Amino acid sequence: MAEIKKLIRRQKRWDLLFGLLGILATFSGLLTLLALLIDLASDGLPQLSWKFFISFPSRFSDQAGILSAWVGTTLVMLVTACSVVPLGVAAGIYLEEYAKKNWLSTLIEINIANLAGVPSIVYGLMALGLFVYRLRLGQSILTAGLTLALLILPIVIVATREAIRAIPCGIREAAQALGATKWQMIKDHLIPYGSGGILTGIIIALSRAIGETAPLLTIGALTFIAFLPEAPISGEFPFVSLTWLRSPFTVLPIQMFNWLSRPQADFHRNAAAAGLVLIFMTLAMNGLAIFLRYRFRRRIRW
Amino acid sequence: MVNRNFTFRLWREKAVRVSLFLAAFSSIAITAGIIGILLYESSIFFKAVPLVDFLTDTEWTPLFESAHFGIMPLVTGTLVTSIVALLLALPVGTVIAIYLSEYAPYRVREIVKPILELLGAIPTIIYGYFALLFVTPLLQRLMPELPGFNMLSAGLVIGVMVIPYVSSLSEDAMRAVPHAIREASYAMGATRLQTALGAVVPSAFSGMTSAYILAFSRAVGETMVVAVAAGMQPNLTLDPRQPAATLTAYIVQVSLGDLPHGSIGYQTIFAAGLVLFLMTLGFNIAGSILRKRFREVY
Repeated sequence: MAEIKKLIRRQKRWDLLFGLLGILATFSGLLTLLALLIDLASDGLPQLSWKFFISFPSRFSDQAGILSAWVGTTLVMLVTACSVVPLGVAAGIYLEEYAKKNWLSTLIEINIANLAGVPSIVYGLMALGLFVYRLRLGQSILTAGLTLALLILPIVIVATREAIRAIPCGIREAAQALGATKWQMIKDHLIPYGSGGILTGIIIALSRAIGETAPLLTIGALTFIAFLPEAPISGEFPFVSLTWLRSPFTVLPIQMFNWLSRPQADFHRNAAAAGLVLIFMTLAMNGLAIFLRYRFRRRIRW
Repeated sequence: MVNRNFTFRLWREKAVRVSLFLAAFSSIAITAGIIGILLYESSIFFKAVPLVDFLTDTEWTPLFESAHFGIMPLVTGTLVTSIVALLLALPVGTVIAIYLSEYAPYRVREIVKPILELLGAIPTIIYGYFALLFVTPLLQRLMPELPGFNMLSAGLVIGVMVIPYVSSLSEDAMRAVPHAIREASYAMGATRLQTALGAVVPSAFSGMTSAYILAFSRAVGETMVVAVAAGMQPNLTLDPRQPAATLTAYIVQVSLGDLPHGSIGYQTIFAAGLVLFLMTLGFNIAGSILRKRFREVY
């Protein structure tokens, strides 16, 4: 009896120890996140000023800013969103609603799962060979936007499929019973009801794209740019100009990489400030996605 | 009138169907584009450089006068940083997964899991900053002889980055284990730890392994941390304290220079990219096979 009690005590002690180890491991993860944020903030916060946002990069660290970087990030994201949303949502709808179970749809599904595991820099190489040199789009905002769109396409497809799959079959049957065609049913019912989930997925995908550096370096994004692309809207006819699509560019992560590669500590502080802006954008988008998911989940009860 | 409307609708349905199919098919086109470009550009490279030299030469100096084209230094750099990363991420991630799945109260899990997932959402260039300006100085206090660029701190930071892949996916796999298995174990008088290690982990093993493989694949493909913190000198060494270049860091380094299209230097990055692509493809296929073959059917 005493033996058994000892055994039980020992096992209970191990149980407790492992529980403590688990808490420790979890906290070490959270602490690292905190250390990273504090380290970045303590170096970067003093650099953040209005001037930092409206100045071009410069040889002098105290005059350098991120104007061309955040404008470039915005424009590249615009191209990415405009190309990935129709493509990804359409592909998701096809796979969920139309695709028959045959070798082609299986191939497409396996392929999408595998695309998600391809390193981002390989997308950059593909874009360099295909967009820059084959299609002669140049090292431009257009190339960058398309590259990132291809990179995040699997995320958008998967999110769309999950959002549509969650809609109960009764809705589809009711629409078709009233004589709606398949497309009318999709357009008037599935897309509106799934829009919350789809939007959440798109925001998460874009927040991933905004931090990508490697594929853009590969296609030849410049690391030092002291001008802005031509404005998309002008006062004269034809009012809308698309030349900005062909303009060279830089983005926030590349600007940060550029400053980080220099040996001077002053530039490292600039890098930290750029990193703060970048991390704020990423976390804000992730937060928005979590909020949207929560809201849509609560509002809709099937 | 009604008839014409009807034909119009039929045509529209067909058009919609075809364009949606084309969108879905675009993913195949992207893969074909990736493989096609990598193979085409590196085929030019392999016309100039014999495959044997590529695999056996111990130096990688393609841009020097006396050019050597041995991929091994880049591959060892990639493997060393990835292994350092996994030595950190696998144990920590697994312990977190077991804790969250078997020990933590519901509310703790719901709060901690998304916060941990933020670790994977932070842009990689910021991890580069963290590795170069926080982790390396910290390590240098413990190891004063550690150079400013080294694979150790890059690997450790990549490890932090992939922890959520390991912990989240393993936790999902453990969640999927039915409660009856746990109850049976508890009924035999097992403690939580015995239940976790003896019943839950073996049942969730395939899911956990595929999480590990995904983490490895991520670590191999990671670029910015190594480009910033590991140095960019190709270096055939297995010592993580040394600076070295990885496949990805080399591609970045060449892309930063202004290499003319069609030069041998331009083609080397596609050869390096092809090796990288084949490595990660291998991991991904292994992961999905494991997931399929060992999926426990309850």
